[in-house]
Amino acid sequence: MSSTTVSLNRKTMAEKTIKVFKSLFSKLTNAMLLPMIGITIFLFFWSISAASIHTSLGTFPGPGAVVKQFSSLYSEHVTEREKAVAFFERQEKRNLAKLEKNPDYVTKIRAYTGKETFFDQIITSLVTVTCGFLVAAIIAIPLGIWMGLNKRLNSALNPIVQIFKPVSPLAWLPLVTMVVSALYVSDDPMVSKSFLTSLVTVSLCSMWPMVINTSIGVSSIDSDLLNVSKVLRLRTFTHIQKIVLPASVPMIFTGMRLSFGVAWMVLIAAEMLAQNPGLGKFVWDEFQNGSSDSLARIMAAVIVIGFIGFLLDQIMLQLQRKVSWDKSSASI
Amino acid sequence: MNSLVLEENTPSVFLNISKVDMVFPTDTGGYTALKEIDLQIDKGEFISLIGHSGCGKSTVLNIVAGLYQATKGGVLLKNKEVNEPGPERAVVFQNHSLLPWLTAYQNVELAVKEIFGKTMSKGEMKEWIEYNLKLVHMDHAMYKRPNEISGGMKQRVGIARALAMQPEVLLMDEPFGALDALTRAHMQDSLMEIQNELNNTVIMITHDVDEAVLLSDRIVMMTNGPAATIGEILAVPLDRPRDRLSLAKDIEYNRLRSEVLTFLHEKQRKVENITANTVQPPPMPRKRVNAI
Repeated sequence: MSSTTVSLNRKTMAEKTIKVFKSLFSKLTNAMLLPMIGITIFLFFWSISAASIHTSLGTFPGPGAVVKQFSSLYSEHVTEREKAVAFFERQEKRNLAKLEKNPDYVTKIRAYTGKETFFDQIITSLVTVTCGFLVAAIIAIPLGIWMGLNKRLNSALNPIVQIFKPVSPLAWLPLVTMVVSALYVSDDPMVSKSFLTSLVTVSLCSMWPMVINTSIGVSSIDSDLLNVSKVLRLRTFTHIQKIVLPASVPMIFTGMRLSFGVAWMVLIAAEMLAQNPGLGKFVWDEFQNGSSDSLARIMAAVIVIGFIGFLLDQIMLQLQRKVSWDKSSASI
Repeated sequence: MNSLVLEENTPSVFLNISKVDMVFPTDTGGYTALKEIDLQIDKGEFISLIGHSGCGKSTVLNIVAGLYQATKGGVLLKNKEVNEPGPERAVVFQNHSLLPWLTAYQNVELAVKEIFGKTMSKGEMKEWIEYNLKLVHMDHAMYKRPNEISGGMKQRVGIARALAMQPEVLLMDEPFGALDALTRAHMQDSLMEIQNELNNTVIMITHDVDEAVLLSDRIVMMTNGPAATIGEILAVPLDRPRDRLSLAKDIEYNRLRSEVLTFLHEKQRKVENITANTVQPPPMPRKRVNAI
């Protein structure tokens, strides 16, 4: 009797362990193995087809050529940094020497004006896209809330939003460039014109998903919650702060995620034409340069652009999960 | 409006719903939902509104709450006309309507802060919030959010929030309609217990005949819409505190119960409009109308 129960227990234990292993295995397959297979097949087809495309700048780069360019981009970055350090050391020595000769000498410190490396350009792009996105959010979210609260305003502005939403950044850019040049005149500019042009273009193109999602989020708040607010006689400000904002946070964040994606896409195009020293300019300069490495370097930039876009989206997703009370809205 | 006339006619009624008509604008003119609703309620009375779905019970409640404006007639609370929502007429909504991003405590706190923020100290407010949550037996789950508690518990918090406003009138729109039968019975017992202690003036909408008889001092039965009005008012002279088990065999209780059922299922039997259909359904064996 007892031996049978023991053996039964053993059997169920063994079954359980097998089950656990199976689920672990399928999880591992889904998370690691399948993506690896996908990437391998992609690399395979890429290298095969790349070898058969001949351009005026040589054969289209395969994965190997791109990896090589990654390392050369990195070593260029390192040498450039070393040059900068050497430059400042020389400057310091010179200043000290001059001070020894003449104690009244006022030292001058000159900035290093070497060319930006690929990694500097990544940083510039990230700064530009973040600034452009923040400007867009500061305008779009309050506007969206206002439109969501006021049906008439929504009807009045909706056509404008719908018309501007699909406009390409390339169409805006000449206008933005001219307007920035005309209005942003200063002897000691805080930021360069190209930065401002890219920023404004990014804002102009990326604000619409935020406006639309915020206004939909606000206008679709459960009428029961609005009735609660009415029964409590909340003042407009308290009403927005305590009911409207938290209720529409999931939708606002969905809009912000979409907008950030648009902003990153727009940025590359804007930088190309505005000559803002970021990834877009890198691609454009390599294209104009037309060396035998250019295509591989552009392909490296493409991969980096894609990877950063993916990371930014993941960051927004985590942020959304953190602030949103409705966890189901923050799925992939 | 004719509020002046109303005051002359009825000098000292606590809550006076006076000759209320409600017409909703539609594309084809207007839809008269309510016609001549006239009801006087004393302080501390528990009133149930019962009737078939779509007869305008909720509309009556919303007018008393101030969420709707009556087309004709009006509502007077302590001889003051009601024309906007306010915390002295707290509402318990059918689907709890708690703010999902706040805990039970914070949900009640929002109401308490808004109403007593100037008159109570922080400590007093905390005590008052906890007192009300304890009243509905929710003190063990004060710091849980609505999605972490059951439907019955959510409704308890909704009631606590309404009670914490110290309303003159408590309006309940099918408060237990979405709950299962056992939970509903629990909630009814809780509500009777609270009512025993606080003796609030309550208007409650219900579909449930037993609930109406068990809880109410008077049951207001409404006719079917359009132009729904009060069909009959039934006084429930059962002693309090009431016990559902002993009442089940009580002759008076069963008489009251069958009177409500008779009203709903014979006098105001809901006739489905089949003449509108061009295709007639096949003849069916006649069914007797069962009592629920």
